[in-house]
Amino acid sequence: MRPYIRIMTPVVLLLMALTLSGCGEQFIVLDPKGPIGEAQKDLIYITTLLCAVIIVPVLILSAIIIWRYRDRPGSKASYKPEWEHSTKLEVIWWGIPIVIILILGGITIKYTYDLEPSKPIASEKEPITIQVTSLDWKWLFKYPEEGIATVNYIKIPEDVPVKFQLTSDTAMNSFWIPQLGGQIYTMSGMAMTLFLQADEPGTYYGSGANFNGKDFAKMTFEVDATSESDYKAWIEEVKGTSPALTLAGYEELTEPGSSDTMMFSSFPEGLFDQVVRQYVNGDGGAHQHHGGAASEPAGHEDEAAAEDGGEESHSDHNAGNHAGH
Amino acid sequence: MAHATTKSAAGAHGGGHGAGHAGGHHEEHHDQESLKTFGFWLFLITDVILFGTLFATFVVLRLNTDGGPTGAELIELNGIIASTFILLTSSFTSGVAVLEMNKGNKRGLILWLAITALLGAAFIYLEVTEFIHLVHEGATIGTSAYWSAFFTLVGTHGLHVSVGLVWMVALMLQLSRRGITPVTTRKVNIISLYWHFLDVVWIFVFTIVYLMGVM
Amino acid sequence: MLDKIKDFASEFFVTGDPLVLGAQVSIGLSIVAIIFALTFFKKWKWLWTEWLTSVDHKKIGIMYIIASILMLFRGGVDALLMRVQLAAPQLDFLHAEHYNQIFTTHGVIMILFMAMPLMFGLFNIVVPLQIGARDVAFPFLNSLSFWMFFFGAMLFNVSFVIGGSPDAGWLAYPPLSELSGSPGLGQDFYIWGIQISGIGSLATGINFIVTILKMRAPGMKLMQMPMFVWSVLSSCITIIFAFPILTVTLFLLFLDRYLGAHFFTLDGGGNPMMYINLIWMWGHPEVYIVVLPAFGIFSEVVSAFSKKKLFGYKSMVFALMSISFFSFFTWAHHFFTMGSGADVNAFFAITTMLIAIPTGVKVFNWLFTMYRGRITFSTPMMWAVAFIPCFVVGGMTGVMLSVAPADFQFHNSYFLIAHFHQVLIGGVVFGYFAGLYYWWPKMFGFRLHEGIGKWAFWFWNIGFYVCFMPQYALGLMGMTRRVNAYDFDMGWQPLNVVSTVGAFLMGLAFIFQVWQIAHSIKFYKKEKDGDAWDGRTLEWSIPSPAPLYNFARLPRVTSQDDWWERKQRRAKGEPEEPLAPLEPIHMPKNSGIPFIMSVCWFTAGFGFVWDWKWMIVLGLAGVIACMLARSFSYDTDYYIPVDEIERTEAALRGTK
Repeated sequence: MRPYIRIMTPVVLLLMALTLSGCGEQFIVLDPKGPIGEAQKDLIYITTLLCAVIIVPVLILSAIIIWRYRDRPGSKASYKPEWEHSTKLEVIWWGIPIVIILILGGITIKYTYDLEPSKPIASEKEPITIQVTSLDWKWLFKYPEEGIATVNYIKIPEDVPVKFQLTSDTAMNSFWIPQLGGQIYTMSGMAMTLFLQADEPGTYYGSGANFNGKDFAKMTFEVDATSESDYKAWIEEVKGTSPALTLAGYEELTEPGSSDTMMFSSFPEGLFDQVVRQYVNGDGGAHQHHGGAASEPAGHEDEAAAEDGGEESHSDHNAGNHAGH
Repeated sequence: MAHATTKSAAGAHGGGHGAGHAGGHHEEHHDQESLKTFGFWLFLITDVILFGTLFATFVVLRLNTDGGPTGAELIELNGIIASTFILLTSSFTSGVAVLEMNKGNKRGLILWLAITALLGAAFIYLEVTEFIHLVHEGATIGTSAYWSAFFTLVGTHGLHVSVGLVWMVALMLQLSRRGITPVTTRKVNIISLYWHFLDVVWIFVFTIVYLMGVM
Repeated sequence: MLDKIKDFASEFFVTGDPLVLGAQVSIGLSIVAIIFALTFFKKWKWLWTEWLTSVDHKKIGIMYIIASILMLFRGGVDALLMRVQLAAPQLDFLHAEHYNQIFTTHGVIMILFMAMPLMFGLFNIVVPLQIGARDVAFPFLNSLSFWMFFFGAMLFNVSFVIGGSPDAGWLAYPPLSELSGSPGLGQDFYIWGIQISGIGSLATGINFIVTILKMRAPGMKLMQMPMFVWSVLSSCITIIFAFPILTVTLFLLFLDRYLGAHFFTLDGGGNPMMYINLIWMWGHPEVYIVVLPAFGIFSEVVSAFSKKKLFGYKSMVFALMSISFFSFFTWAHHFFTMGSGADVNAFFAITTMLIAIPTGVKVFNWLFTMYRGRITFSTPMMWAVAFIPCFVVGGMTGVMLSVAPADFQFHNSYFLIAHFHQVLIGGVVFGYFAGLYYWWPKMFGFRLHEGIGKWAFWFWNIGFYVCFMPQYALGLMGMTRRVNAYDFDMGWQPLNVVSTVGAFLMGLAFIFQVWQIAHSIKFYKKEKDGDAWDGRTLEWSIPSPAPLYNFARLPRVTSQDDWWERKQRRAKGEPEEPLAPLEPIHMPKNSGIPFIMSVCWFTAGFGFVWDWKWMIVLGLAGVIACMLARSFSYDTDYYIPVDEIERTEAALRGTK
């Protein structure tokens, strides 16, 4: 009867939805191509199952109860209008969710530490670094080791961990490549770290997941994972054929507007740290406002020191802030 | 306000049904004035949260001076200590006012309220002077996050005191016209409560903003 | 001169959009029509004395509900526009800026100006009646709360046609919502609209806590209160702890925009992430504020329509209270992806999951209230029954989202959108509809047409699943929230079309509801009996609609479900307590101050938005004058004499 229909509707529709869209490939979150995404997919399945263990019986139970105890002439079901308490039953249904949540909580804690985004991925290969800056409304990617930069396009070698350093030179955004793994915010004044890796070659969809204004929807980008030799060849090609990114050029990029894919053979050294530093709070020292940064000749004295340790401490400081209130 | 109490039955009501019911609640007296006092306590809880949020903001931003002046450089503690004593004294005098009221001494009550208000006004005067001094030294609300938090926290407290002043003057007028009635008694009690509360908030402002920030 | 006026008008009014133009024209025409009708039928005085100045909780409740239904309409139209835009890839129906405005206003309106007032409306109508009181603790403050809400909502809505709508998302994250990111006036309308109505909400929270704790009928112990009253209490406690944070947060954002402060700016040492923490420290409790009363409504409805006592009363109370407590320790789960570190994420993941425990227990208790009961499916019960599977599934996806590392993949995607719509529509909206249908006869003295109501019910339900189930899938396909367009090759279109169809089914359902109300008014049939559903609690012991003073004699309560027990005793022929003699009833006088003061707040807010100093001064001066006027007025109440009560009662019960 009605309750059944009501309960079946979501299930049927979900099935319909799944079949409609050809099941599989398009569900990119569930079709990961890297170890982080893989682990997150496993976690999604585990938690879904654990939750289903409790809600499927509940849904069946509700259907049965609603059906059996509906008011109809000659109903043989028992009717006890004063029955309102049973310690045994209450213990059971306080107990079951507690047990499930305990298990789920344990799994969550384990995975939270395992999948901490700033934790390096175990691999024999040295990770490559890509510095990510979200702008209005485009992504700037810099390869500090290779000295090239791109806009709205990333190429990475397969099977090599990639260390993304994330910041923003405008409102907050979120850097998300679903098939490689979950997202992390890009925030001005902070350099967050996110390790991802592609296990097989392919083109993956990336997007800015957090709303940041007018052309937010245009902040998508492509990630090409290729063999290491192709990757090396591509670097050489960019170095050989593309123009250089100057400070003035960077200033232009920060102007609001969407952008096509771009390649640059070089970029001003230390630009990433400079972008981060212009917003860093509380150092009380030399500090530039937005816009002033680019006109300043190549940065600060302590820039080299800021390379790695400095950034970690910023994000730590940030973590402390959050925990604090 | 609208409730069980009837003209004749306020007392009888309490005696009538109160005894038979367990628990600490109050069929006994649906007394308007006690309702308002209770409501005011709840309001104070919300005000605690309000100030708590501002304190948290201040603590988070306390180092973010953006290369500009710090509190330690500009704030002169002497004036602050003076205004602290003035506010503490006014808390005492507002307490005396309540004692006078309980004695039924209308003139004494108004007198002590007036002294309290004058002390409050002196406190506000000192605060405004301090703000003017800071602005002259180049620290405004737009100077840096630190100063934004400073002016907002201290200013919100000052605004509360100012509201209390207007309220106190209005209350003195009402007292002189109507004398000590259950309604004015409740009003005096509430404003005295409010005044003590602002005093406690000030002690936190003094400790966190001034002592810890400046020393 | 003429040019000056033209310039001003083009800045003042939103121009250049046919949609907005249409709205402007229709709003203008409606205002003219309303003014004409009021004048023609000589209803101005009636409007003023019976409604605008009323401090009667029942009338205030009705006004809240009318306002919220209007807001549901506006928020719903916003939703439909969005769904049309998303039905095909790269559609150019709404351009980006317009789309951003619409999802922003949709969110704000649905939570703050639809769910909140609908909730306050039900608080107002039901709580005093259920606890056997004659009004709320502070009727004047109650009226002030309503008008503050109303004018706050108006100030927000006016931005659609004047000045420009906000477009930085419903929680307006800085730095996007700062002057640097949103130089327009929309964000200022946002701040002042929410701020003014938020003060009203805070006052309502205080008011109902005092009402519930201090004004229960003689004999009613805390543990005998109807479950709805408990849920209101827990919701109001949450309000008084959460709303001051919102007030401060918006105030700081205002200071940033208006005085150039640096709380959340990118420059000057500001910390935008602090805003995100603060707003969610209010925002998360806020969703529990709106859902807890819905839990209370389900408890009432399920028990009444199963003809059975509520199962596990103590458990239910404990669950409510623990939910409102834990709601303050989960805010950071809205930004696991901020990279706060594994310790912080693990902590907030666990606290979030903990909330699932008491929530799950409540579901079991509702089920076992029906177990061994006799369930009848009138419209209120249908909504309650539909709620269970919907909320259970929504709760499950909520638990999935709380798993921090998995949330890295769900966050900001349509999976999240589907989840919170499922708990907010399946939980809050279904709950308030159940309550609205349940207490409608008590409010107005006539019933709503059941048949049309069932049509509305089915359209809502089917529409809901058709609309939101595909969105879970879209989330897993990588579709992020707030995109106004997507590419052809993403494969998102089929499911988006399904979702849009579902949204329109819900739109149809709303039309059915309007028709249902209109039809029921046209074929008005007065309730003969105050007890429309063979109810269990005190509100059903008095005539519908309740007289001004609610209870001629205050009931003496001896048990939970006191009215049910009384009926049982009556059926067994047990002798009833003799009626006490009537006594004059003490009532508050109506007052125009709340209305005028709220108009002054509106004026001040409007002045702040446009930075017109004279208007700010005028508005604030008016506010202070109103406060003083209230402080100096001592003649605020009166007594209804016994003979008038007798006459009223005879007229009300005479038909019986």
